[in-house]
Amino acid sequence: MDSQVVQGQVGKATASVAKSKSPFRLSMERFFHNPLAVAGLIILVLIIFITLFPQVFTHYNPSTPDIMNTDSPPTSLHPLGTDASGYDNLARLLYGGRVDLTVAFAAAFMTMFLGTLYGGISGFFGGWVDNLMMRFVDVMLNFPFIILVLVMESILNIASEWMLVLIVGITAWPGPARLIRGLFLQLREQDYVIGARTIGASRWRIMFRHMLPNSMSFIIVLVSFQVAGYVGIDAALSYLGLGVPLSVPSWGGILSTTTDYLTMTTEPYAWLPPTIMIVLTILSVNFIGDGLRDAFDPQSQA
Amino acid sequence: MSLAEKELSNTTVNHANLLELHHVKKYFPIMGGVMRRKVGEVKAVDDVTFSLMKGETLGLVGESGCGKSTTGRMIMRVLDVTEGQIVFDGQDITSVKGERLRRLRQDFQMVFQDPYSSLNPRMSVGALIAEPLIVNKKGSHSQIKDQVVSLLETVGLSAEARIRYPHEFSGGQRQRIAIARALALRPKLIVADEAVSALDVSIQAQILNLLADLRKEFGLSYVFISHNLAVVKHVSDRVGVMYLGRLVELAPKSSLYATPLHPYTQALLSAAPEPSRTVKRERIVLVGDVPSPANPPSGCAFHTRCPKVMEVCRSVRPEMNEYQPGHFVACHLYS
Repeated sequence: MDSQVVQGQVGKATASVAKSKSPFRLSMERFFHNPLAVAGLIILVLIIFITLFPQVFTHYNPSTPDIMNTDSPPTSLHPLGTDASGYDNLARLLYGGRVDLTVAFAAAFMTMFLGTLYGGISGFFGGWVDNLMMRFVDVMLNFPFIILVLVMESILNIASEWMLVLIVGITAWPGPARLIRGLFLQLREQDYVIGARTIGASRWRIMFRHMLPNSMSFIIVLVSFQVAGYVGIDAALSYLGLGVPLSVPSWGGILSTTTDYLTMTTEPYAWLPPTIMIVLTILSVNFIGDGLRDAFDPQSQA
Repeated sequence: MSLAEKELSNTTVNHANLLELHHVKKYFPIMGGVMRRKVGEVKAVDDVTFSLMKGETLGLVGESGCGKSTTGRMIMRVLDVTEGQIVFDGQDITSVKGERLRRLRQDFQMVFQDPYSSLNPRMSVGALIAEPLIVNKKGSHSQIKDQVVSLLETVGLSAEARIRYPHEFSGGQRQRIAIARALALRPKLIVADEAVSALDVSIQAQILNLLADLRKEFGLSYVFISHNLAVVKHVSDRVGVMYLGRLVELAPKSSLYATPLHPYTQALLSAAPEPSRTVKRERIVLVGDVPSPANPPSGCAFHTRCPKVMEVCRSVRPEMNEYQPGHFVACHLYS
């Protein structure tokens, strides 16, 4: 019988492959063969390590001013000098990443969570549900974001990093929601999703076992680009004075105190390091995102 | 007696019919304008009536866009029927919904054209074949595992395929996996939508033979949808020819291939390659394109291209009539 012949062929073919690899593992292998992505990952891990354990690199407390040494240029005591209030610039730089990275990652995950939930439901059900939900997205996309930040901060009078996360989270989800909705509309017509319907799978099963795993690569890539975006957004908001209170060190906060002409021209040691840190973070996250996109793209054969 | 009447009378007299379609229509709305109002409709399937006996294989042939896949998807209840009635195993399934539909689905399964897109790439083969069993709560974990192994053997794959992923298999092997998945619930009917069209010719024969073996083993009935006349001839007991959403001819295989009645069927058959050099058939070349299903011609849909067109064809839509016993044709030439 011909089926036995085929059985023999399969046996041979599978014997030559030592171990079965899931599509996710194959993607990860491709990722780690991408030098730029790996470099980005190493830099990001280093930056995260520094912001998690700043005590290793400085014994200064970023919130205790050295009143005897205000506006000091770099010395052996203060390697990056001090600012006008006597805060140690190096300590503020090292500790400052905490706010920026927390805000960037937390806001990215929150927007992606809300966006995936909203866009996923909209795309899954389609029809009038989708129509209604997308009109609300249109409204949200046109919402004046900066004014909301101002209003919320003045009403609630809390200026903290979690406030920032919340604000970014509830205003920025419509963008990702639209992308995920488009993806789900596409996945809905895939044969394996229709096939899942024909075997009687429930809506939840189709969403969570079939559509979501197949959008995961797309979502991970989006998250990485969002993170890069929000490192920038936090700096911009801190720069406008809308971020965290000045007593809490953050990269954006340091930048906003060094904007006067005199500091800019005479004290590059104060503003250059946080600028470099922000740029490095954004670059490394972007490289990781690029690497992930290439790794998950079925067209790229590495 | 028209086909519809005959088939309807069949249903009341005998219950040998597993599947019956009565005047089934599928119109897709065309939305347009600023207000997204319905400005027209695509008549993908327009009044199709046929039945399928238990254990029978019915082939549906036609060009792409003739509505054969849409018909298959309506039988699978993946697409809603605009008008008409689908009766499966004596039960009207046209508008069954929710939990009842989920239970009924066990009895009719589908094999898709492209085994590269019909298997979720992120699930292992074992999980893919076990899924219908898990979803329908067919036994314990270990029972399901045993069933997966025996299903893999049934379709000619080794048990170790279980832990592998679809991307590690060839097209033919993937189609075997898809067939195992469709078989898992022991369905009565399998709708094979271009099930071998994406495969190499040598692999096509293997899969067709597998389907034929399974039909005997499990007492399956097939609706076999294909654009390939030779493939349909190989597997079918009866063949239906579709043109522009309508069934134009329905006959036992031998009768259809030996004496095609409808001018469209004649043209189709004359265009198919003939393996024997001794048989010389004159090729009928149709002029023009298939008209748009959004604006089908009046009367007989084929009249714009028919070499034997008559005056009546332009205005009156021909009924399906039994020209010879079992051989139905919708053409004014035979009424």
